[in-house]
Amino acid sequence: MNFLETIWLIPLFPLLGAALMLIFGRVLDPQPVSAVAIAPGVEPIFEHGHDHSHTHDHNHTHDHDHPHTHDHSHDHGHDHHHHSPLKFLINLICPGMVLLSFIFSAGAVWQLSQQAHRVHEVVNFTWIAGLPFHMSNGQLATFQMDWGFLLDPLSSVMILVVTGIGFLIHVYSTGYMAHDNGYYRFFGYLNLFVFFMLMLVLANNYVLLFVGWEGVGLCSYLLIGFYFQKKSAGDAGKKAFIVNRVGDAGFIIGMLMLLSTLGTLKFTEVNAVLRTAAFTPEVAGIGALTVITLCMFFGATGKSAQFPLYVWLPDAMEGPTPVSALIHAATMVTAGVYMIARSSALFELTPITSTVVASIGAFTAILAASIALVQTDIKRVLAYSTVSQLGYMFLALGVGAYWVAVFHLMTHAFFKALLFLGSGSVIHAMSGQQDMRCMGGLKDKIPVTFRTMWIGSVAIAGIPGLAGFFSKDEILWQAYSSPKGATLLWAVGLATALMTAFYMWRMMYLTFYGPSRVAPEVASHVHESPVSMTGPLTVLAIGSIFAGWLGVPKLWTAFGENFRGFEHWLEPVFATAAVEAAKEGEHSASIEWTLMFTSIGIAIAGILIARYFYLVKPHIPVRICAMFPRGHRTLSNKWYLDEIYDFLFVNGLCKGGGLLLGSFDRRIVDGGVNGAGWFTRFMATLSAWWDTWVIDGAVRLGSFLVKMLSYPMCILQSGRVQGYAFFVVIGVLVFFGYYVVR
Amino acid sequence: MLTDTILFYIFALLVLGGAVLTITRNSAMHAAISLIVSLLGVAGLYLMQSAEFLFAVQIVLYVGGIMVLFLFVIMLVNLDQAAKERQFNRQWMIALIAVLAVGAQVAYFIYRGQDSFHFAAPLIAGVPAGMGNTEQIADSLFGEYLLPFEIASVLLLVAVVGSVVMAKKRI
Amino acid sequence: MHPITTVHYLALSAALLLIGTVGVLTRRNVVIILMSIELILNAVNINLIAFSHALQNVNGQIFAIFVITDAVAEAAVGLGILIALFRNKETVQADEIDLLKW
Repeated sequence: MNFLETIWLIPLFPLLGAALMLIFGRVLDPQPVSAVAIAPGVEPIFEHGHDHSHTHDHNHTHDHDHPHTHDHSHDHGHDHHHHSPLKFLINLICPGMVLLSFIFSAGAVWQLSQQAHRVHEVVNFTWIAGLPFHMSNGQLATFQMDWGFLLDPLSSVMILVVTGIGFLIHVYSTGYMAHDNGYYRFFGYLNLFVFFMLMLVLANNYVLLFVGWEGVGLCSYLLIGFYFQKKSAGDAGKKAFIVNRVGDAGFIIGMLMLLSTLGTLKFTEVNAVLRTAAFTPEVAGIGALTVITLCMFFGATGKSAQFPLYVWLPDAMEGPTPVSALIHAATMVTAGVYMIARSSALFELTPITSTVVASIGAFTAILAASIALVQTDIKRVLAYSTVSQLGYMFLALGVGAYWVAVFHLMTHAFFKALLFLGSGSVIHAMSGQQDMRCMGGLKDKIPVTFRTMWIGSVAIAGIPGLAGFFSKDEILWQAYSSPKGATLLWAVGLATALMTAFYMWRMMYLTFYGPSRVAPEVASHVHESPVSMTGPLTVLAIGSIFAGWLGVPKLWTAFGENFRGFEHWLEPVFATAAVEAAKEGEHSASIEWTLMFTSIGIAIAGILIARYFYLVKPHIPVRICAMFPRGHRTLSNKWYLDEIYDFLFVNGLCKGGGLLLGSFDRRIVDGGVNGAGWFTRFMATLSAWWDTWVIDGAVRLGSFLVKMLSYPMCILQSGRVQGYAFFVVIGVLVFFGYYVVR
Repeated sequence: MLTDTILFYIFALLVLGGAVLTITRNSAMHAAISLIVSLLGVAGLYLMQSAEFLFAVQIVLYVGGIMVLFLFVIMLVNLDQAAKERQFNRQWMIALIAVLAVGAQVAYFIYRGQDSFHFAAPLIAGVPAGMGNTEQIADSLFGEYLLPFEIASVLLLVAVVGSVVMAKKRI
Repeated sequence: MHPITTVHYLALSAALLLIGTVGVLTRRNVVIILMSIELILNAVNINLIAFSHALQNVNGQIFAIFVITDAVAEAAVGLGILIALFRNKETVQADEIDLLKW
């Protein structure tokens, strides 16, 4: 079948899954509310035995305080929920839909690869009908957006990553969330997220991309706040959404400015217009394009958690671990990277913005890595690691190595998802414990998890042979050698690589090696995860090993061009490929080899230092912390950035807004009400005057007139008959008088 | 001819004199007697106009019925006190003037129209010569004017009932 | 002396009418007023008879009979009213009967 024509179905499968969950979910799994406070799939440690009573006082035994849920009949959720017989349908539908999307994606990509011109666009219908408007240069254009999908090498990479890793994470979730109460809700949201993400990457114009952009933000909020009874989860969800929104404002401004400048927002048309001679690179100063790209990059910082809008990502770890794996490692946070890669033609024309992008990317990378050095929560380490690796991707984008950024995106998706899922497995084994200080010596107890995480950590550290090395090394090389790169950037990247290796292996040593610091009641429950969880781990581990071999460096001439397929695949999308190839020859091979070995050496050094500090001589870190207490505190408190933001924006807005609102309420609203009251009284006074003097006056005038006019009549009415008879005679007199004078 | 004239003036004097006396006497009894005189004069005038039946009716009914009734009532209602009070009301002057004005007008009418009252021949086809006045009246009254006659009798009934009701001490 | 014509009778009738009217309007005593009304009625009768004679028509006399009938009824009822009035108000002065004053 023609998969290319049906690419519009790819997003719709998971949407169907989400819709089915919305409609039938309660039937399939009748216990919707997640009452578990800690983590799913684990028995709350502090429960008093398996008490099945449905009384209120059970809520007191939760270690995490949370207000009474509105569903008091569910206390410790997982204990007595009876598995509904239809629950397997959820397992069938939701992962199945994503699998269908993956199959269609694979088919479409395969058919695309058979074509010579690897661009395929399918337009379903005109979504926003045309409205004419004036562009910034005065021309008349039409604002018309299609519901259309574009499949080219870039989006094909993205859809394979999203659906492939999405499917694996769905499978993992069937095991991880099995004992959780919000099962159908979780899968519904997850499917909805996949739908929006696919919309984002498949869209053929910026507006539809933005629909997906917003949608994944929404789903991120829903999924982060999945355990909504926990206040911290709800707050984290809000934080994520609001910070995202700040970025989105910039993105919208940039998008509309782009529309105003170019008259169109369709990718193919935008790229075509930008690559004509009409637009020259804005080297001289800040032109319209620079502003556009800065605004769009601001949006990307929000979505992809770069400085200054990265603060939501660590908090997002409140969500279930599969959510962290899917959204905050592999897919949503890469949306910003994808968007900038898609707008490569635009960024090529604005060297200033590229510099900004690279600088911020590098800065974020080292900043996040520094914070990750001292984190004690296993998921936090991975969260900051994600921020740091995203910084690498932006660094690559900033120096013009767009395909490298996408390459790193793909490899990162593999090993970061692997690491997150593995950490989920660890938490599952540890019955909800996430603090690494309470772990240790687990490698024999949860072997599959250990081995897969070992592979993932080696990959991220950048050891040759595994995926992370190829992409990270290429980034560092491009940072050094690209015309937009700088040695400083390379140095920052190298330092970050050292820190990355260090903190990742710190995590590994603390968690799996060494003496066990596990609490006794937890230790008895430590068990390997079920196949539904270890299976995806294994697949991802294999991916982490082999995914990198698609982008072997050119230096390794021993390998043929097949091993550089990734770059060639993405060549048509990035017009700069030709430029890059031309520049390639300028740097000597020896520098490249030197840098490569430096980075390998740094990675190994990082691992060995971590080993020394945490396995051989575990007291050293403690001494270092004692030596630099303030430094340690600063890092632990994330450079106090959250506090700064709180002070500047949250309190500032709240208080300032409150003051304004207060005075507004007092002066204008209350003034209005008082004014209305005064006005009513005034009108009433007028009304009273009118009533008394005019209306009553008229009535009294009437009576007065009658009295006046009737007075003569009253005089005549004497009551004496003879008087009346007299008038008769007078009448006769008059009557006769008429005949006399006639 | 001459007798007619003299008789007319005698009867006219009786009538008018009696009338004037009626309205000017203080005592009601005197006024009633004067009225009787006047009515007798009227009866005489009827006779001169060949209205014999009416002459009889006038004497019997008017004088013998109505004036006797008046006299009864005058004697029943003690009017001595009234005779001592003021007799004429306060509007007598102006009433007199008004009536005199009307009188002047009427005199003017009569003066102006006196020539139109000469009737040559009977305007309506005459009555058989042998019939007397009473016969004529009877003929007409019970023939042509039967309905008014009956209605008049009803009227008299009503008057009887009415006067009984009015005069009762307690209705 | 010119002969007595209808006009004389008309003049007489008019004079009697006027005298009666003066009596009705002027006298305070209700009995006198009633008697003045009789004068008026008689004046009308004189008029009727005069014309009846002049026109050689008996209709006028018939009419006069009905007038007399009317006068009888009226006098009877009027005197009844007088008696009722006298019983209530102890007066027969027309001036003092002004209850329908405004």
